[in-house]
Amino acid sequence: MTSMLDINGKTVSVKAAPETPLLWVLRDELGLTGTKFGCGMAQCGACTVHVNGDPVRSCVTPIAALAGAKIATIESLGGTHPLQQAWVKHDVPQCGYCQSGQIMSAAALLAQTKAPSDEDIDNAMSGNICRCGTYQRIRAAIKDAAGLTAAPMVAAPAAAKPLASNDVDDEIAAASGSTGRGVGQ
Amino acid sequence: MNGPFEKLRRQDGVSRRDLVVGATLVGGALLVGCSPADLMSAGSKVEPGAFGPFIQFDPDGAVTVLSKHIEFGQGNHAGLAAIVAEELDADWSRVKVVHAPANAKLYGNATAGIQLTGGSSAISNSWEQLRKAGAAARAMFVQAAATRWNVPVGQITVKDGVVSGGGKSAGFGELIADAAKVTPPEAPVLKDPKAFTLIGTDRVRRKDSLIKSTGAARYTQDVQLPNMLVAVVTHAPRFGASVKSFNADDARKTPGVVDVFEIPTGVAVVADTTYAARMGREALKVEWDEGKAETRSSATIAQQWRDIAAGKGPSDLKWEAFDSKGDAAAASAGKGGSVFETTYDFPYLAHATMEPMNCVAIVDGGKVKLIHGSQAQTLDQMNAAKIAKALPGSVEVETLFAGGSFGRRANFPSDYVAECVTIAHKVGGGRPVKLVWTREDDMQAGFFRPLVHHAVRVTLDKDGYPATWRHRIVTQSIMKGSPMPMKGPDQTAIEGTAGSPYLKATPIVDAQLALPEGGVPVLWWRSVGATHTAFVMEHTIDQLALKAGKDPVDYRRALYAKAGAQRHLAALNLAVEKAGPAPAAGFTRGVAVHESFGSVVAQVAEVKLVDGHPRVGRVVTAIDCGVAVSPDQVAAQMEGGTCFGLSAALYGEITLTDGKVDQSNFDTYRVLRMNEAPTVETYIVPSGNPPSGVGEPGTPVIAPAVANALLVLSRTPTTRLPFVRAGI
Repeated sequence: MTSMLDINGKTVSVKAAPETPLLWVLRDELGLTGTKFGCGMAQCGACTVHVNGDPVRSCVTPIAALAGAKIATIESLGGTHPLQQAWVKHDVPQCGYCQSGQIMSAAALLAQTKAPSDEDIDNAMSGNICRCGTYQRIRAAIKDAAGLTAAPMVAAPAAAKPLASNDVDDEIAAASGSTGRGVGQ
Repeated sequence: MNGPFEKLRRQDGVSRRDLVVGATLVGGALLVGCSPADLMSAGSKVEPGAFGPFIQFDPDGAVTVLSKHIEFGQGNHAGLAAIVAEELDADWSRVKVVHAPANAKLYGNATAGIQLTGGSSAISNSWEQLRKAGAAARAMFVQAAATRWNVPVGQITVKDGVVSGGGKSAGFGELIADAAKVTPPEAPVLKDPKAFTLIGTDRVRRKDSLIKSTGAARYTQDVQLPNMLVAVVTHAPRFGASVKSFNADDARKTPGVVDVFEIPTGVAVVADTTYAARMGREALKVEWDEGKAETRSSATIAQQWRDIAAGKGPSDLKWEAFDSKGDAAAASAGKGGSVFETTYDFPYLAHATMEPMNCVAIVDGGKVKLIHGSQAQTLDQMNAAKIAKALPGSVEVETLFAGGSFGRRANFPSDYVAECVTIAHKVGGGRPVKLVWTREDDMQAGFFRPLVHHAVRVTLDKDGYPATWRHRIVTQSIMKGSPMPMKGPDQTAIEGTAGSPYLKATPIVDAQLALPEGGVPVLWWRSVGATHTAFVMEHTIDQLALKAGKDPVDYRRALYAKAGAQRHLAALNLAVEKAGPAPAAGFTRGVAVHESFGSVVAQVAEVKLVDGHPRVGRVVTAIDCGVAVSPDQVAAQMEGGTCFGLSAALYGEITLTDGKVDQSNFDTYRVLRMNEAPTVETYIVPSGNPPSGVGEPGTPVIAPAVANALLVLSRTPTTRLPFVRAGI
């Protein structure tokens, strides 16, 4: 038995049974492994993809329900999406495993809400768990990306920027036991 | 070529001694005292290159740093690479980081003696090692250029990967062949830290943010190999149970299922795809022998721990003193002042990594390859070697990124790795097997932060400061079963109470530990002992200050002065200063300070109650972690560590009913989400000390800071975690 799916702008034929969740078709059959398995019951958001532009948890969405739907995965963003640029700029990822899902949820948000408020972000993103706790940088990156896409832009208030007072001072030289080395030695 | 790297080179093939050593390991436990790194790398084919085990050069001069530590979020790869790049004077934009192969001798953790990432030690144990590695490689390029150009060594300079001198210059790439022939210096001269241009700057950023934002980063879950099978396992519903019988007739009929067989940890279903394996498992019927199973409920265990602390435990249970000063009887009797007495209860906690446990193993006779997010390569090698009857060092490990660990991926039996190797060994023929645990498998498989009980009794002197301190801790031992020798009480149970500046400042102390047996597998969990000791010490201090009628910040300052705890004082003062005079409208502040993994973290948390539950807004954090190699990643770890600690403090609790784990997924094991996340500001105490831990020290401080705010808000102390109980 085969099904036809529209994934990332291409029509593909898949062999999986109709009740198979989209997640496993993407990962095991099509090799699109950017979409992650986290919980299997739409609790964590790691498997988020877009179906006709809406964020959907692919781990509980059987492919039978997707005939004619336009499916987009993290691979469709191409690495240059404003959210991906903002993710890099803010060094959002830690372990990184949840970030495909985070970005897909955020992309759906920005597609519908050009300048999201904190409440908009909470509502759109609270279905995506990050166990590393990168929420603060996700929020900052979404606001940054919204600034990139909105024209004319009104900058969202930046999340608190950590200050580092890590002056390399005389103490370091004293404590490190360094014999000192200038250039050329 | 002679020099330090030559000494590290392994002989080709397997020596007779390797075989003897390997046979000993395969047959039994690790023989302590027999040069462990030699033993554990027996049979390894891994060799260092011309520039040592940590640095390689591409022909175009790009630098690859080999990290002996796994990157699973902590940002250590950025820091490790920066240490090398700094001393090498490399072009930071042309430095890559990869996971090193497994070899206990070349890539052992200096603090653990085996290849392992843990104890927040990646940067600290590599600091000198990688500075020397970078400086040695640099010296080799300098010598090569001096020789080629006939210019004195002292006139050669290196900047951003370009070597210059005598009016000539060349990139690393042009000099590699010559530099590789230079004898590396025995004691390379390190930079004066004043001359650092990379370490400690905001240029030290992650190298993996892009691939982790495009889905391209490769995790164990993503491994696809030709002819690969996927395995799932039905585990016993109670710890310690074993398979009595099973019926696989329906499971075998499931399309895609290849085989079903019993293994020591349950029944394995092996299939062509993940989904087929899962469907096959659903059709499997297993009966369990629960004769040796843990059947107690967590509530029963908690009551037993409380009874033990109250002196009503079994008479053969041993108490171990870990801090004794003065007249212990006085501490117990509580003579001479007003008495404060309380107890604390902490639940089992799951690590609940985003990527559930998984592993890929390829076994062909005695030849084993593992591909996974290995946190303890040496342990994984040893456990795999026992199953396949191989030499530990011969077990090849390709370490991948892991979707979190928080301690879970390193344990003495290498539980999920051993399970995968067992299945791949049975499948045989070198056919790759990917073991996949579902979220439910992961959450119910144990290796939890143990259930812990503390009982504290403190008397105050006439000025309101502790005169006597009696402390009892009851928990299951994490280190039991360790192949590593242990002296004295299990440090993982007491660290943070042991060594506390408050005990140093108290004249009479009687602190003891009891470790009753339990059938629930327990393990370190991000910040280990501090997950409970920080709470007990810091929340007790605020209650003592309240009893003494003193401001909790001033109370701490006085105790730090008595204890000579200058770093605690500096961190506290920085956090309080940066927090400013008043909290945001509607919020109340709580303060906590704790030292773990060599670093001191102080936090001022702003808390309010929303529908009766704590909501944390701003958290001002100060950390003394020695030299901050990457200030941005120190901040990231404070942000993430705070969220991890807050998640557990608010909601984290694994319970057992008659031995069965009640929680199974994120619907029943609630974790912190975006709308509940605080805003964490990080300030770093200037320090000239070598780097200390960062990955864990940010975790344990938030819970007592919140409890201390709630103490102000409601005058009610917190005697158990989590704050929000499931179902309430």
